Amino acid sequence: MLALTYARSIPAFAVVKAAGGRADVATSALSMLKLGDVPEPQLPARDWVRVMPSLSGICGSDLAAISGHVSLYLDPLTSYPFIPGHEVVGVLDDGARVVIEPALGCLVRGVDPPCPRCAEGRPGLCYNVTEGPIEVGLQTGYCADTGGGWGETLVAHPSQVHPVPDSLTDEAAVLIEPFACCVHAALRGGATKDDMVVVAGAGTIGLLTVAAVKLFTPPKRLIAIAKHPTQRDLARKLGADQVVAPADVFQRVRFATAARRLEGMNRPLLLGGSDVTFECVGRADSLNDAVRFTREGGTVVVVGMPGEQKVDWAPIWQRELTVTGAYAYGTEPKRKGRKTFELALEAAPEMHLDELTGPLFGLGEYRDAIAYAMSAGRLGAVKVAFDLRRLRA
Amino acid sequence: MPRPGAVIEVDRNTPPVLFHFGEGIRLEKMPLGARIVYPPDPLEPIAHPERAIKRALAKPLEDDPLKSLLRRGMKMTIAFDDLSLPLPPMAAPDVRQLVMEEVIDMAAEAGIDDLHIIAALGLHRRMTEDEVRHIVGERIFTTFHPDRLYQHDGEDLENNVYVGKTAQGEEVTLNRRAAESDLVIYVNLTLVPMDGGHKSMSTGLASFRSIRAHHNAKTLLASRSYMNPPDSALHQSCIRQGQLIEDTVRVFHIETTVNNHAFPAVANFMQKRETDWTPQDQAMFLATKQMTDIMPPAFKRNVFHAMRAPYGMTAVHAGQVDAVHDKTLEAVRKQINVPVEGQTDIVTLGVPYLGPYNINAPMNPILVVCMGLGYLFNFYRNKPVLRKGGVLILTHPCRYEFDAVQHPSYIDYYDEVLADTKDPIEIEKKYEIRFAEDPWFRQLYRKSHAYHGIHPHYAWIWAAHAMEHAGDIIFVGADRDVVHRLGFKCATTLDDAFEMAEQTVGRYPSVTHLRTPPIMLADVEA
Repeated sequence: MLALTYARSIPAFAVVKAAGGRADVATSALSMLKLGDVPEPQLPARDWVRVMPSLSGICGSDLAAISGHVSLYLDPLTSYPFIPGHEVVGVLDDGARVVIEPALGCLVRGVDPPCPRCAEGRPGLCYNVTEGPIEVGLQTGYCADTGGGWGETLVAHPSQVHPVPDSLTDEAAVLIEPFACCVHAALRGGATKDDMVVVAGAGTIGLLTVAAVKLFTPPKRLIAIAKHPTQRDLARKLGADQVVAPADVFQRVRFATAARRLEGMNRPLLLGGSDVTFECVGRADSLNDAVRFTREGGTVVVVGMPGEQKVDWAPIWQRELTVTGAYAYGTEPKRKGRKTFELALEAAPEMHLDELTGPLFGLGEYRDAIAYAMSAGRLGAVKVAFDLRRLRA
Repeated sequence: MPRPGAVIEVDRNTPPVLFHFGEGIRLEKMPLGARIVYPPDPLEPIAHPERAIKRALAKPLEDDPLKSLLRRGMKMTIAFDDLSLPLPPMAAPDVRQLVMEEVIDMAAEAGIDDLHIIAALGLHRRMTEDEVRHIVGERIFTTFHPDRLYQHDGEDLENNVYVGKTAQGEEVTLNRRAAESDLVIYVNLTLVPMDGGHKSMSTGLASFRSIRAHHNAKTLLASRSYMNPPDSALHQSCIRQGQLIEDTVRVFHIETTVNNHAFPAVANFMQKRETDWTPQDQAMFLATKQMTDIMPPAFKRNVFHAMRAPYGMTAVHAGQVDAVHDKTLEAVRKQINVPVEGQTDIVTLGVPYLGPYNINAPMNPILVVCMGLGYLFNFYRNKPVLRKGGVLILTHPCRYEFDAVQHPSYIDYYDEVLADTKDPIEIEKKYEIRFAEDPWFRQLYRKSHAYHGIHPHYAWIWAAHAMEHAGDIIFVGADRDVVHRLGFKCATTLDDAFEMAEQTVGRYPSVTHLRTPPIMLADVEA
């Protein structure tokens, strides 16, 4: 089958990293990513199913891996070579449309009894990601045995497969996985109706976090930080009460919260500030700002996948901030233990998510696709995806 | 003999006319038949200001000589106007210094020890020590600062007292030291008819609670104009408050006026009509133009803000507030009045680099509006030079540029409020209290050098009358995004602006250019 494969190669990684992750180098012959014919993944157990991806999104974490910006923390949690792609809408052999919940926890791996985290309904935090009939890997798309969305076929455990309602197009359904991440993040952030919330970043995760917070934990006011015009428009459409440029964030949050602003030698800080901040960029500048404009005793939810970033811990220490990660999905105790994917699938039809998807590329156009995705915000795009439907036609 | 102001009709021989353009200047050719209104030449100043001051204090208007009011052991307070006027700041010695030195000498002779001097800055920013020193002079500064020479704080709950309510329900507060003094001597400098009189105490030594009674959209819209006190609801309100203050505390009022010699020798060409420019003036114009065209804004600002005006004192009166102020207004009008026959379809104005609220700071977009549509438009008596529904054309680069120290609340007003609405009444309903009571703005006003949180709203409503009166407002050479945020139109050149204006006022419109500064008041034939 035709697939894009990511192979572990220290020299290739070094070359791409040295080039600053430039798209032309990150997709060149010297890179870790290759297009070619590979064997179809085998079903690891009898109950597993084959899924033929229709659309598969290019996620920020994929780009981080391809461009050499990924945290090396994730390296031992990944098996190589793997076929990337974990934002997937596809079809089963019987033609049913499904989205994939990629987390590879105890249930998927057939480990019984499950680890304590899986027992809590948090497969993203599974202890047993090295166990079972498949290789090590946190998710489909980072595991050598499951295949991924950037190939013609992947294999999935039935618990990973969620039917897509007819009301949801493929273009909308491909965003269910990132949306589920954001629903989980919103519920972890736990904003109340009296809170002032900031969502930093307006890529896919930022925009969907805006939507999730407004839907699941509506605060008193939500300020979104967006850099590009299309992002600003979409943030407003998805429910942000106010959209501000990154350079204005201290000014705007200060005014919204009647905080006090002090000028530091490198950057300002607020006395007071937002109650809950969702950091959806994952870069040092944004993280350092977030811990300075979130109020004392407030919460910073790290949603965007960060790499190894230089963050000043003094504000976290002095302001007694709760800095919490929000990774993946599972079941949500604050929603009576319902699955995050179900919540996302229920909410999605009203959200016109398809407006966020595009342009679509064939696997053969992967160089253009990766380059486009790396500059998506500037080019007015949100979710760039591969369209594999043509391969089946 | 100084020439009075003049109205010149543009013909083929009329040279291009000077337009101020923020920290720059332009020469523009006006259309044939347009009028150019020039301010009067500077009046001859009083030759011996100290003697005139002594005379005024010895023979006050409707009051006893100051000397007779002074007695040993009394509690005396001198209040003086802040640096928001004159513009540009006056070359030393400032007339307020001369008056205060005389008053302090008299107080010392009378054996008064309990004497405090307060800068009556109302909700303006606190001045720096150098700025205070410039106004009061080295001797007073060294003797009294900081314990007995300080600045009014309208947000100091302890040190502002509630005086009462006027018959119209306007609340009045007053600086505690002034309210508890046996005698308050107010030392004023009146540059324009809006200043002075009862407005001095009722804004300069008051708090937001008191000032909001007249600094509001409704009052400003009912003032036609606030540069002409008899037709100004703003002034009627200040007078009512001032009378209540007079009933509470013994006030001896001293007002001074200066001529309109606003520019030092190097910028003398700005003072003169273009037809009077000498070769030296032309050379200075070219040099200034060259400098302002190529230098960065911050450099130009430093050069311009360093200028001190060689104003000369033209009058000093002392005594009862109303009696003094009548004489003062007479003196001011003598200097700045220019009779103008009838209104026109289009009025053009060059907005200069400086207004009352941006000394040593950039003129941010809201202050550009305040200066152009507020002050400059309102310099009229009877009726505006611009006909109702006419087009006002202003020149200013209008950059998104704010001074975070002086104007922190202006940034939020521009970014948040003006993005929401431009309507002064609606803004007041939604945002007045929020800006006035923001704790951080309060702190910056009290401890730093920031204008009060509510001040950008005052700057905005200062333009309310012009915004309501004009059919269209066009900025020439300005930042397009900024002008659109302000709610106006933008043109690249003056010719483009004239062409755009024709859509509102029709073809062959009548045009008047008000060549100011120096300041003038168009006395438009009723």
